[in-house]
Amino acid sequence: MASLPPKHRLQQGSADAVGGSDTHHDRPRGIMRWVLTTNHKEIGTLYLLFSLLMFMIGGVFALVVRAELFQPGLQLVQPEFFNQMTTMHGLIMVFGAVMPAFVGLANWMVPLQIGAPDMALPRLNNFSFWLLPVAFTLLLSTLIMPGGAPNFGWTFYAPLSTTYAPPSTTYFILSLHIAGISSILGAINIIATILNLRAPGMRLMDMTLFVWTWLITAFLLIAVMPVLAGVVTMMLMDINFGTSFFNAAGGGDPVLFQHLFWFFGHPEVYIMILPAFGIVSVIIPTFARKRLFGYASMVYATASIAILSFMVWAHHMFVVGLPLVAELFFMYSTMLIAVPTGVKVFNWIATLFRGSITFEPAMLFAIAFVVLFTIGGFSGLMLAISPADFQYHDTYFVVAHFHYVLVPGAIFSIMAAVYYWLPKWTGHYPHLRLSQWHFWLSIIGVNLTFFPMHFSGLAGMPRRIPDYSLQFADFNMISSVGAFMFGLSQLLFVVIVFMCVRGGKKAPAKAWDGAEDLEWTVPSPAPLHTFEHPPQYRPVEH
Amino acid sequence: MRKRHVWMTAGMLLAALSSHTLAAEWNMPIGVTDVSREIYSLHMTIFWICVVIGVVVFGAMFYSLFRYRRSKGAEAAHFHEHTMVEVIWTAVPLLILVGMAIPATATLKKMYDASEADLDVMITGQQWRWHYSYLGEDVEFTSNLGTPREQITGDGERSEHYLLEVDEPLVLPVGKKVRLLLTSDDVIHSWWVPDLAVKQDAVPSFVNENWVRINEPGIYRGQCAELCGKDHAFMPVVVEAVEPEAFEAWLAERKAAAEAEASGVDREWALDELMERGEQVYGSICASCHQPDGSGLPPSFPALAGNQALMDDSALHIDTVVNGVAGTAMPAFSTTLNPVELAAVITYERNAWGNDTGEAIQPADIAEMMAE
Repeated sequence: MASLPPKHRLQQGSADAVGGSDTHHDRPRGIMRWVLTTNHKEIGTLYLLFSLLMFMIGGVFALVVRAELFQPGLQLVQPEFFNQMTTMHGLIMVFGAVMPAFVGLANWMVPLQIGAPDMALPRLNNFSFWLLPVAFTLLLSTLIMPGGAPNFGWTFYAPLSTTYAPPSTTYFILSLHIAGISSILGAINIIATILNLRAPGMRLMDMTLFVWTWLITAFLLIAVMPVLAGVVTMMLMDINFGTSFFNAAGGGDPVLFQHLFWFFGHPEVYIMILPAFGIVSVIIPTFARKRLFGYASMVYATASIAILSFMVWAHHMFVVGLPLVAELFFMYSTMLIAVPTGVKVFNWIATLFRGSITFEPAMLFAIAFVVLFTIGGFSGLMLAISPADFQYHDTYFVVAHFHYVLVPGAIFSIMAAVYYWLPKWTGHYPHLRLSQWHFWLSIIGVNLTFFPMHFSGLAGMPRRIPDYSLQFADFNMISSVGAFMFGLSQLLFVVIVFMCVRGGKKAPAKAWDGAEDLEWTVPSPAPLHTFEHPPQYRPVEH
Repeated sequence: MRKRHVWMTAGMLLAALSSHTLAAEWNMPIGVTDVSREIYSLHMTIFWICVVIGVVVFGAMFYSLFRYRRSKGAEAAHFHEHTMVEVIWTAVPLLILVGMAIPATATLKKMYDASEADLDVMITGQQWRWHYSYLGEDVEFTSNLGTPREQITGDGERSEHYLLEVDEPLVLPVGKKVRLLLTSDDVIHSWWVPDLAVKQDAVPSFVNENWVRINEPGIYRGQCAELCGKDHAFMPVVVEAVEPEAFEAWLAERKAAAEAEASGVDREWALDELMERGEQVYGSICASCHQPDGSGLPPSFPALAGNQALMDDSALHIDTVVNGVAGTAMPAFSTTLNPVELAAVITYERNAWGNDTGEAIQPADIAEMMAE
């Protein structure tokens, strides 16, 4: 590759040189192979498949919501069930789809990108995955319980989620506890792996941005998941043991719930976006065939976002009756987050500038990520302006905002990652034409769904309502059409992944000519065991 | 020549788009208070700042994507950092943000100054209606959804203000500073009228403060903005702003009506009379949970039809309605309904849907019980 920048850190090696092998000792077969596996690649695959399943289930719930909202009036479902659908959609997508997908990617790619033979704590890794099916079976089972599933929104504000909640809420609390334990254990594992198992010679500032963002994300997880566990435990006590943490009649404070929830909740939204930044920062240089611009500033920006994320939680509570000083503090701190986030976007564009760009499916999703995430960032900046938030708060404008950062943000980055690494996982390239179809259908669907929500929100439509007044009808109809288009095109994604596992154009070890990270030195598909002998890593100058 | 044509078309498109964007159904309303105008102008300022940044950023991005395609023979450059550039694109956004924060701070300070109000109104959220009380004026009432249930579940014609209409609007005087005190009897609600740029959470057992000075008479519609249970979509807010003289007249009329209602407590009511009144009250207050046919939505909302425990024990029935049931969704109605309404609705529940106890609960008895 004549056009390649001189960035070869590694002597390209054969599988033997980097210690790849498929041979191993006696292993359980069939289902027990998956139940008992301690291999980071197999566990990564389990996480990704689980996340895909949850994405489909959460998607069906979203389509129930959009079908009901297709036109004014109550046609398909009753308000009680509608509220269960919005709640379950949010919970499943956040805790069941996006977070496990990123953990799955970390499982697969962190060891490969740092030259480690596996995760640092393989048995713990197995345990943290298998907690998830337990947690989500429990959560989904609430749908068939008397009184129905949780119906108070994914933010489950007290006292709607305590005194006024359906009996199934206790199961919901238990399932969040289990999912939370899974996240914390996963985060500990990732930190231990990154800090201890890097290839000899690889400094922290030599790691890929994906590894860096995950390291920072893992610290966020460890910091805030216990807060979530605390707040749901307080709910548990209020519901079952007569305490009054959030019950004003007993001396408690419903607003305390919101402070605790958002102290978890705001870092949580960065947990769902920082790894996405990492993925995009790896993919764009590959297909621009140019080193990432401003590597160090990217790392510092990620760290600043993570630190700031602890200081902005009450911007979710601007209309709850905060004192003026608090409003001002949280407005300023929230606006400040735009600075490091802007730096990231500028760096991506500077990476593209004077590159040698091609548009493989992974790159298409990464570019869409940069554009649409930035749009989500703009609406986020608008929402940060506290006086204006008195109008935006709890409307579809907010729904538009966070879906822009989560769907064409987090989820597009996950799809970009899947298209980028599928050749490494399966040894085959995903079907090009179908992948392009999937991209274009997704991007049109996603914008058709969420862009009109900006308008319906500004025009005055509150979120979480099953029926609306007539002036919002057109916007909702467009959103619903877009949602079905987006939802159905994800079936194509499933087909593409399935086909890619079964066969397709063979991929070499270095599946993309501009890819420079360690994972591309092991064969495709990556053998079960890689880097049994640490690779020789030669740092580049930054 | 052709290039110019393209630019003109693009310009016209942009103009058309922006005038469309400013149309009322597409954008935040400018509203009818000084604060709402300031908020609107903040909103448009930050919006246009975002548009300009967007044009620059996406322009640079798409230029790079088109200009440096490998298919057009682009070869990658080797640069990968530049400290000065990094400093500039950290500092410039920071300055823009400071410029934005200054007017936002000024507006926020104004919004927080609820002092020296001409009138105080207490707004209480209840699942799923608003209760308004004019403090110091002895006038209070409940404002329920005005749209008939058939319109919501049926396929028929829907009224112009479908779901944004109430039986009794909040009447406020134009040009006066009205302080709004918000609280809730059950879960958190949020009282929102876009034209007044007031959105404030109503939190149980806490009182929040906001204020409004309406500049133009008119009817302004909004709704609850915080998820508050199954009928969250069905608790609209309607504010009718009238001239101060008309407001005084309205207030006097309400006071007279309240006195007339109070005198009804002392007389003996016939069963039919109570049933008729009770059916109205039940329809607007109770039916959303316990259902129009009394079947309820177990387990959250028990059935009333054939509820033997209640029918056998009228004291328990009265206590349940008047004082509520702690730890459940059943609120105390002693503050929402007057003794006549309470007696009527309890009588109705004891005689409708085949309950047929034949008992007429008298307003005087309820009043006596509440006095104790």
